[in-house]
Amino acid sequence: MLSSWRKMGPQARREALEGYLCLAPWAIGFVVFTAMPLLVSIWLGFTQWTITQPPKWVGVDNYTRMFTADPLFWQSLKVTVQYVLISLPLRLVLGLGLALLLNLKVPGMNFYRTVFYIPAVISGVAVALMWMWLLQPDTGVINTLLSYAGVEGPGWFWDRNWALPSVALMSVWKVGGGAIIYLAGLQNIPPHLYEAAQIDGSNRWQRFWRITLPLLTPTIFFQLVIELIESFKVFTEAFVITQGGPLKATYFYLLYFYEEAFRNFNMGYASALALVLTLVILATTVFIYNTSDRWVYYET
Amino acid sequence: MINPQSAALLRRIPGRAVTYAVMTVLAVIFMIPLLWMLSTSLKTRWEIMAWPPQWVPETPYWQNYADAFAKYPLARFMLNSAILVVLNIAGALISVPIISFGFARLRMPGKRLLFILMLSTMMIPGQIKLIPLFSFYNSLKLIDTYWPLILPSFFGEPFFIFLMVQYMRTIPQDLDEAARIDGASTWTILYRIILPLCKPPLTVTIVFSFLWTWNDFIHPLIYLNSFETYPISVGLAFFRGRYSVEWNLFMAATLVSIAPILIVYFFAQRYLIGGLATAGLKG
Repeated sequence: MLSSWRKMGPQARREALEGYLCLAPWAIGFVVFTAMPLLVSIWLGFTQWTITQPPKWVGVDNYTRMFTADPLFWQSLKVTVQYVLISLPLRLVLGLGLALLLNLKVPGMNFYRTVFYIPAVISGVAVALMWMWLLQPDTGVINTLLSYAGVEGPGWFWDRNWALPSVALMSVWKVGGGAIIYLAGLQNIPPHLYEAAQIDGSNRWQRFWRITLPLLTPTIFFQLVIELIESFKVFTEAFVITQGGPLKATYFYLLYFYEEAFRNFNMGYASALALVLTLVILATTVFIYNTSDRWVYYET
Repeated sequence: MINPQSAALLRRIPGRAVTYAVMTVLAVIFMIPLLWMLSTSLKTRWEIMAWPPQWVPETPYWQNYADAFAKYPLARFMLNSAILVVLNIAGALISVPIISFGFARLRMPGKRLLFILMLSTMMIPGQIKLIPLFSFYNSLKLIDTYWPLILPSFFGEPFFIFLMVQYMRTIPQDLDEAARIDGASTWTILYRIILPLCKPPLTVTIVFSFLWTWNDFIHPLIYLNSFETYPISVGLAFFRGRYSVEWNLFMAATLVSIAPILIVYFFAQRYLIGGLATAGLKG
């Protein structure tokens, strides 16, 4: 960098100085709001700290306790992974299905796009309260509809076996958010490929498997990573509706983190929890990334 | 006589009818939750307990909305949210164009590296930063003020910077050079030439700032302690714990809380969906 600086003329230097000036707000923000907190958080994970007294270095004690003597850690990790495993595939597949429908070339499709995207812009709290009312076991509208069909509806959020699937189901309502991204991917596929395939006598099914799906894999990959990170961070729904219950069936990882950090003020231990979540997310992302060259098709 | 063109059109009609039927059924299913919320908000206390349930209340009971405003400090919470929204948008509009201009239009050593660094920060889960940031604001005595909820926006949100940079790069570089020859300064070029051409990413920035700030839950939850400072998201969640739930009033309050979002969405959906899609594909 310095050697290139010496080679620059006065005008180029001036431009570079102005450039750094432009980036300065971001750079300051990066140091204060990202880099420092990140490093401090990693350090705090090795301390005991209850905010009233200065942090006390305890080595790996927090991690030893977490992995060997903390059933709540394992419970929250378990239900979070379960939630990811249920909701992620549902949202990926249904999002793609919805996008394929929205990609049909008929007039007025924009109206439907607008409708299906609405759930994705509403706040988590409002959505949670709404579903809490819809899924009331006795008076809720969903169970009423089910009873018309002769099915006795479950206790949803108030049943320990149904609470977790209920939260996952709720997340499916927001599938329009992902569908819009798939849709952009679909619209980037060059139409001449379909025309050529049609001339060659292929049917719709073949065109989907041989053209659409392979060319959409970069978008699917992107969605997979983004939605994975998002689903690990599930929090608001459980905070508002179930408070982690019944019997810790929806005691998601971030709920545990929040209670340790901001209710019990065990900030050292909570920092260790946050780091473990970050590493879990990072490891899963890296794993998916490493499999990507086997299934993601990049045009060269 | 039917000419071949209209014959082709006629043949397409059954397929289209099926498409519309499927889409409409799906759209109705997706909208049932919101419609049910609306219906509940217009029922009396007795009507919501009726069995079998009434789909549409006989006479809409608008009084619920007045009662919701009277019973919950809804107006206060909405005002708090609005204040946060305005300040966050202001922060984004001040910081994002300048930073993006640097990344998109000015040459300097190390720029690529910094840009990659900025993009990679988008991947870090925000939660890991919460405790240090909390103690940082705590040591500055800023807990229970709006500062922690406003300050970051003045330092540029990477997602907005990314969108803006992508857009600015598509504007021909000749414009800058011509202006420079005419003696325009960098700031003139940014504010008089480039920024007026950047309306689409500016709109996306404003709309997303609005949505994210209005919907944000965990940050106000952590940084604010006083009831009267709560934004609407935390306020709503708080009602649920504090009062015995009267669902008709409660659904009225929830609908009021999402009304601004829906209004903004309907006016800006074109930009919003487009902006999201480009970010999605190029991210």
